[in-house]
Formats: sequence, C-alpha cells, structure tokens
Amino acid sequence: MSADRSTPNTPPADGTDAAASASASGQTELIRFDKVTKRFGSHTVLDALDMKVYPGKHVTLIGPSGSGKTTILRLMMTLLKPDEGTIKLGDRYLTHEDKGGKLVPASDRYSREIRKNIGMVFQQFNLFPNMKVLRNITEAPVHVLGMDKDAAEQRARELLDLVGLTAHLDKYPSQLSGGQQQRVAIARALAMRPQVLLLDEVTSALDPELVAGVLDLLRDIAHSTDITMLCVTHEMNFARDISDCVMMFDAGRVIEFGPPEQIFTAPEHERTREFLSAVR
Amino acid sequence: MKFDWSAVGAFLPTFWNGVLVTLQALALGSLIAFGLGLVWALAQRSSLKVVRWPVTALTEFVRNTPLLVQLFFLFYVMPEWGVTLSALATGVIGLGLHYSTYTAEVYRSGIDGVPAGQWEAAIALSLPRRRTWTAVILPQAIRRVAPALGNYVIAMLKDSPMLFAIGVLEMLGEARQFSSQTFQTVEPYTVVGVAFIAIAYPASLLLRALERRLVR
Repeated sequence: MSADRSTPNTPPADGTDAAASASASGQTELIRFDKVTKRFGSHTVLDALDMKVYPGKHVTLIGPSGSGKTTILRLMMTLLKPDEGTIKLGDRYLTHEDKGGKLVPASDRYSREIRKNIGMVFQQFNLFPNMKVLRNITEAPVHVLGMDKDAAEQRARELLDLVGLTAHLDKYPSQLSGGQQQRVAIARALAMRPQVLLLDEVTSALDPELVAGVLDLLRDIAHSTDITMLCVTHEMNFARDISDCVMMFDAGRVIEFGPPEQIFTAPEHERTREFLSAVR
Repeated sequence: MKFDWSAVGAFLPTFWNGVLVTLQALALGSLIAFGLGLVWALAQRSSLKVVRWPVTALTEFVRNTPLLVQLFFLFYVMPEWGVTLSALATGVIGLGLHYSTYTAEVYRSGIDGVPAGQWEAAIALSLPRRRTWTAVILPQAIRRVAPALGNYVIAMLKDSPMLFAIGVLEMLGEARQFSSQTFQTVEPYTVVGVAFIAIAYPASLLLRALERRLVR
C-alpha cells in the first residue's frame, strides 16, 4: 500500500506486516487500490493511491482531517467513484466491469451485487428512523440476501445479544442513546455477513462516556471474527489495539505505514510525529 | 333583513346532498392529487430526460392555469374527443389533477429533506432501488410532509365550489338551486358558509395536532 513515489524503496504495504513483501505473504490481497485518484473540483483528495489489504486484516487509517481517509472508505462502499485508477475486491473489480477484456465503469446492478460483500458503519449511525431496531437489522438480509424472515430475526436477535441490546429490539432508533444506536448500526452491518467492514469515525459523534462501550464491542468483533476491517479513527488507543497495520495519510498520500507498535512508538516521518503529538 | 329559520329547515334536505357531494369530490380528488403528485415527483427525479421533461412541462402548465379553465376544458372539450364523463367525475379529475401539481412539489421537498445518510445506508446495505424508495425514503419523506399535504386538502375543500361551474351540485350548487327556487338567499348561503368553516376549521386543528406528532 505504499503510495509514496518519493520513496521508491518503500515495501508494498499489505496489512499483514508492512515489512513483508506481497509475494512473501503467499496470500492474495482482498482489497487492492491501483493508482486511485479522487478529486473534488480542483482539490485532489487522493493522489494515485496504491493500497493492498489482505483477508482478515485490520487496517487503520489515521491522519489529519481532509487527508483522504474517509474518501477511501466511501470509494470502497461505492458511495463515490474514482476519477482514475481501479479498486478490486478479491478477483473482481469494484469500480469497473470487465467486458471482454475491456474495463468499463461498473453499472448500478453490478455495483450492488459486489458491494453485498462490504458493510459500513457511519459516523452518524444512519439507522432507518422509520423502522424498529429489529427491522433495521433484518431489512437487508431479507430483501437483499433473500433470507427467510424468521431466520433473519433469529440472526438479528443473536447480533443484538452480541451488542448487548436485546432489551431494545422493539424500540425506534430515536429512543436509543447515540452509543446504543451505533451498536445497532454495527449489528445491522454484521447481519449481512460482509467480508469487509468499513468503520468511518464511528465514535466521533458520540458523547465521551459512550465511546468506550462501542470501542469495546469493536475490539471483541475484531478479535473474534476473521472479518477484514478498514477503519478511520481518531482513537489512537483503539487503533493500537485492533490494528495489524496503521497507515498515516497526509494530503492524499500514504506517507507511512506499518504495525501499530512501529507507527505509534517510532514513527519515521516528521508529519506522523507531529500528527500523533497533536492528537494525544 | 330577516333571517328565516324555517328556510334553513327547508334547505337542509338538499343541503345534506350537497355536503355529501362536496365530501365525495374532496375525498376522491385528494386520492388523485396524492397519487398523481407522487408519480410526478418520482418522474421528475428520473435519470431519463424523456420522462422528466414532459412531466415538468405538464405540471408547470397545470399549475399556472386557473382551475376553472381546466374544469371547463375537461367538461366541454374532452367530449369532443370522445371522452364523456359525468360532471362529478370530471370535477374530481380536474380538482385532483390541479392539486397533484402542488402535492408533487410537497413530495419533492419531502424527498429532498431525507438526509443523504439514509441513501448511503441503503447503498451500504445493497438495498434494491425499489426497496430503498418504498421502505426507507418515502416513509420518511411522507411523514415529514403529511401536514403540508393536509393543507392542500383544506385548500381543495375551498376550491370545491368551482365544480358548480360545470354543474356539480355540491354545497354551493344546492344553495344556488334552492335560492333560485325560493328566492331566499341569505339562509342557504349562510348555511353553506358555516358548513365550510365547520369542516375546514376542525380539519386544520387536526392537522396542527398531526404536525406536532409527526414533525420532530
């Protein structure tokens, strides 16, 4: 996932161990960004980004706001389209369709099919306010995966148990605290059994006393499942706990990456040092 | 001027018929206005120009011409094209069509008011397009605009006497007929005026209560 052309010797970051080369890991990457550029007007948010994430790995993106971290998640979720470059999930393109050897921009139908493998938890929860908690969770399994309603409800109850909200399944989201809503949102994303879970500053909108509960839950999930996680956060302790790899972003580039111990204790880049001292 | 209560009594039997016709026109007209308005609102969000453009043209045209002209057009011109409907049916269609161009705007603002995060959550869950509309967007949009839609029902009520112009015997029509037969004018028109208030005012109170409940 080295994106920094100015240091050509940077090994390819791979989410397992930044020092190990991609070939040595013997595994194929699950997520692959190739020269992905995204601009908003004249502002280049991502600049020819290359990135690989291996299955089951937890990658945390850190960096100052506006550095392009959230854009990566939004590109993965197909909420945005890259201006240049390609993104692959497994052996299929996320952004493009392979039509007889020619890559064409993905159609809606194709995007919808492939993004079933990706789940996302948003900063603002984005629960459906018109549905009770249980139906928030069962809606997509029933109407996207074609799950039987009873089976979906059974699974939703298990997930609510996991997130500790069984007692609230019959409530509307507006009747829950922010922390509870976010835990429902996590259960909702997990109900789709995604290969990849995208976490976009999931605690930033929470009152301080509610942050710990959500982070503890995510720690449990990170440690007890083989789900691949891509996480944007300002919670450095959390990043240190769950990450296999931390990537430091600045101005649309990955300027440094590596295992959390390395990034947090011995950052090489001056910008990383500045950023870390600012957020601590 | 003397107010003759016995004239009121004499007017009442036909007046009730008029009330019934008014309420009928209002109910059916509202159904058309709500249904068609939603169709227009969705069509105007279509990615296809061939859908968007004619709908925009039609709704602008209908909204910017008087209801009375539209009623006359439907009633006198449509039969020339072989479409003959009863006066009430014509009136209901005219009223519904006219107000659908307003409800379309109401729906549009309701749909625009659903936060972008709702669309994003629907995408993140891969919900199909139709399901996103029916289960996520429209329930929230309609809840938001229900009071505004209700206001148009009250406006429609107040426009319903125009149907008299094409011969529908709603409340005003019955009053007019009664007065031309009995030469008593004050009583029937007073009854009709009171009736409009008696329907419209509680309705608007109901709407305000609804608004307090829905818009949070």
